[in-house]
Amino acid sequence: MTVKVKFFASLKEQMGCDGATVAIGEVATAADVWLAASGGKAMPTNVLVAVNMEYCDPNQRVRSGDEVAFFPPVTGG
Amino acid sequence: MKIEIRELPFAPWEALQRYESEVVADRYSGKFGASAVFVGSMRDFNEGDEVRGMTLEHYPGMTEQELGRIVAEAREQWALLDELIIHRVGDLLPNEPIVLVAVWSAHRKDAFEACRHIMEALKSRAPFWKKEQLDSSSRWVDKNTDGY
Repeated sequence: MTVKVKFFASLKEQMGCDGATVAIGEVATAADVWLAASGGKAMPTNVLVAVNMEYCDPNQRVRSGDEVAFFPPVTGG
Repeated sequence: MKIEIRELPFAPWEALQRYESEVVADRYSGKFGASAVFVGSMRDFNEGDEVRGMTLEHYPGMTEQELGRIVAEAREQWALLDELIIHRVGDLLPNEPIVLVAVWSAHRKDAFEACRHIMEALKSRAPFWKKEQLDSSSRWVDKNTDGY
């Protein structure tokens, strides 16, 4: 299956892109998506994860076509 | 409820007055005895450095959804009549307003507490990121300070 990956802010700069479409096995978590999209880098402990624009645990299962976003702690307001 | 993410500068007090007279007063005439407002503006200093400007990035779509969820949660906890949130993105200069949170309710307790709650939840959950421009470099803000 494929999922759409997005990176924001400092993470976007570190990854060198704002996202990609990633092919991954049928049974996969958000953490697996990170590994596939980052080329196997360890996920920094402070990275936040959202699937389809809702915060979730990195262990959440993803489905084909999901939008999986990774970003640093938020600093709005 | 109105949630607006905007690229251009805004005048918070004018926006507040306009929303209250055009929307809140129209829907809830005679019903709101209390309103509470928070306005956050850009400082020209942070962590001991002079800050010349700032760029605010956001996650289009999720930002609006998360703010909507925060307001919905506040409505479960307090008796709110209406809410207005305006937040800047893009390039900002010192003194420019960044955020406006306003709530209307029958009584002050709901207004005070819900406004505070929405603002603190926005700071910790709404996907915005600040990048500060210093004299000759720029840096991402690591995290927001705890407001409590």
